[in-house]
Amino acid sequence: MEKIERIKSEEMIGRIDSRLVKNKVVKSIFFAATVFTSIILIVLLVRILTQGAPYLSWDFLQNFASRRPEQAGIKAAVIGTVWMMSVVIPTAAILGVGTAIYLEEYAKKNAITRWIQMNISNLAGVPSVVFGLLGLTIFVRLFGFGNSVLAAGFTMALLVLPVVIVASQEAIRAVPSELKEASYGLGATKWQTIFRVVLPYAIPGIATGSILAFSRAIGETAPLIVIGIPTFVAFLPSDVFDSFTALPMQIYNWTSRPQIEFHNLAAAGIIILLGVLIVMNSVAVWIRNRYQSR
Amino acid sequence: MKPVKVLTLSALLGSALVLGACGNDAQSDTGENTEQAESGDAQLQGQIAIDGSSTVFPIMEAVSEEFMMEQPDVQVTVGLSGTGGGFEKFIAGETQMSNASRPIKEEEAAALKEAGVEFTEFQLAYDGLSVVVNKDNDWVDQLTVDELKKMWVDNGTAVKWSDIREGWPEEEIKFYSPGTDSGTFDYFDEVILDGAQINKGATLSEDDNVLVQGVTGEKNAIGYFGYAYYLENKDNIKVVPIVNEEGKAVEPNAETIESGEYEPLSRPLFTYVSNAAIAEDEATAGFVQFMLENASVLSEDVGYVSLPQEKYDEQLVTLEGLK
Repeated sequence: MEKIERIKSEEMIGRIDSRLVKNKVVKSIFFAATVFTSIILIVLLVRILTQGAPYLSWDFLQNFASRRPEQAGIKAAVIGTVWMMSVVIPTAAILGVGTAIYLEEYAKKNAITRWIQMNISNLAGVPSVVFGLLGLTIFVRLFGFGNSVLAAGFTMALLVLPVVIVASQEAIRAVPSELKEASYGLGATKWQTIFRVVLPYAIPGIATGSILAFSRAIGETAPLIVIGIPTFVAFLPSDVFDSFTALPMQIYNWTSRPQIEFHNLAAAGIIILLGVLIVMNSVAVWIRNRYQSR
Repeated sequence: MKPVKVLTLSALLGSALVLGACGNDAQSDTGENTEQAESGDAQLQGQIAIDGSSTVFPIMEAVSEEFMMEQPDVQVTVGLSGTGGGFEKFIAGETQMSNASRPIKEEEAAALKEAGVEFTEFQLAYDGLSVVVNKDNDWVDQLTVDELKKMWVDNGTAVKWSDIREGWPEEEIKFYSPGTDSGTFDYFDEVILDGAQINKGATLSEDDNVLVQGVTGEKNAIGYFGYAYYLENKDNIKVVPIVNEEGKAVEPNAETIESGEYEPLSRPLFTYVSNAAIAEDEATAGFVQFMLENASVLSEDVGYVSLPQEKYDEQLVTLEGLK
């Protein structure tokens, strides 16, 4: 009897050992993945910063593009990107959040809704060039906007719309039904419930998802090339119907030039682009913290 | 608490508009700064949209940059949709000028005719397509057009250096070529490949810097691209002299490209201008004139080879006839 007991406990200890080993192996795999990702990120950042930092200056921000690298600046591209985003953000936010509210709160859960839902998710995976072609056909040619801020802004808004919708839906779905039911129980209408209960609760999620989507719009080059956004522009747009150029277009052009100085300028442009992205992401974090703390 | 939330929501959307307004302020600044540019000529106004070849882009960028210093009220935009993409926009009437690194194709000319766009071809500069090999390649001293054709045209199997000339190493050649959408490829296709399929093992890239890197890093590599890319990387790669029609092996450089001795791989760079734009719009006419007067200096500035002066003068006469 006693012998059997001892064997059992030895077996047990053996099993615990193997579980602990497994635990350690898995942990080190995850750790290695993190280290690997960080190293790549650090190498990229260091390379871009050392290459581009000497070219960053007030003049770089204040000058238009030039054939002389030492005089070339990124003003038209920065202001152009800001203009484009001033069309993208309201368009995508209003359409995206509106669609999400309708699908989550109003639409009946039937085959048609599921079909629409599936299509929206699929749209998120469509290559950006396709959205460029859509923009070229509809906004540039059919509506006659030309290669303007408006045409590019609408095209980019369409590109990020599926992501905004899906993110907003997730956020709205996460609102506890107790809160909504309490609101209805107190006699609130659907609209009052959405506006006073659902949206305030969902805003952090909506903002985080949307701003990640908007960041994508800032960095995309392919749709802009397809709709024919010019690269050399030595003036600033005065309204949304004007031509403009954007940061990725200017960076793309500089990287494809033969002279090494232009490659360095491209790195400086990438630093500016990263700066814009960091500012946008900080806004997302700020909104999230602000609303979550209540 | 609730009104605050509404406020934040609208602030989020509204911030975009505020940013837009900043753009406006910045613009009025530049208006004041550039007003001092007086050239004696009449001040022109208008908009000129130019698109097309990325090879021609640096020249057009330089011309536009200088032109807008003299004529700050003319808004010139230059895009780089590629030669073919540029012509599509030119045919659709979206641009007044279309840059090309090859002559216009028959079907493009036909489409323009159908669309009712009359156009004139102007030459801006020469570019010498440079055939390059790795720095450690010590066997290739020169190549003939036939040899180039033999190695670049696909024959279904891997090509070795020894297949091209006896005594060369028995190692597989690695090919690097500009992408099939580029005018550079079209030109090479016309003079070397003659419409045949390019070697299927070739690495194609729209970015010539990728080709430079490929040839730099691979001992058995051969590639071709614009002269400016060779000039900028001449310490890392070796250019191959090409045997011309007279049987002389010629290396590309400013003299041999301008004199036409480096052939058949030296090519003119073009811009096609809508006749209607020249006739009806003083800004476009003024721009084309400025371009022809300054293309010689500006094209050399950005790494191309200028045409002989007579060619620019001839084209200025052509322009006068169109005004």
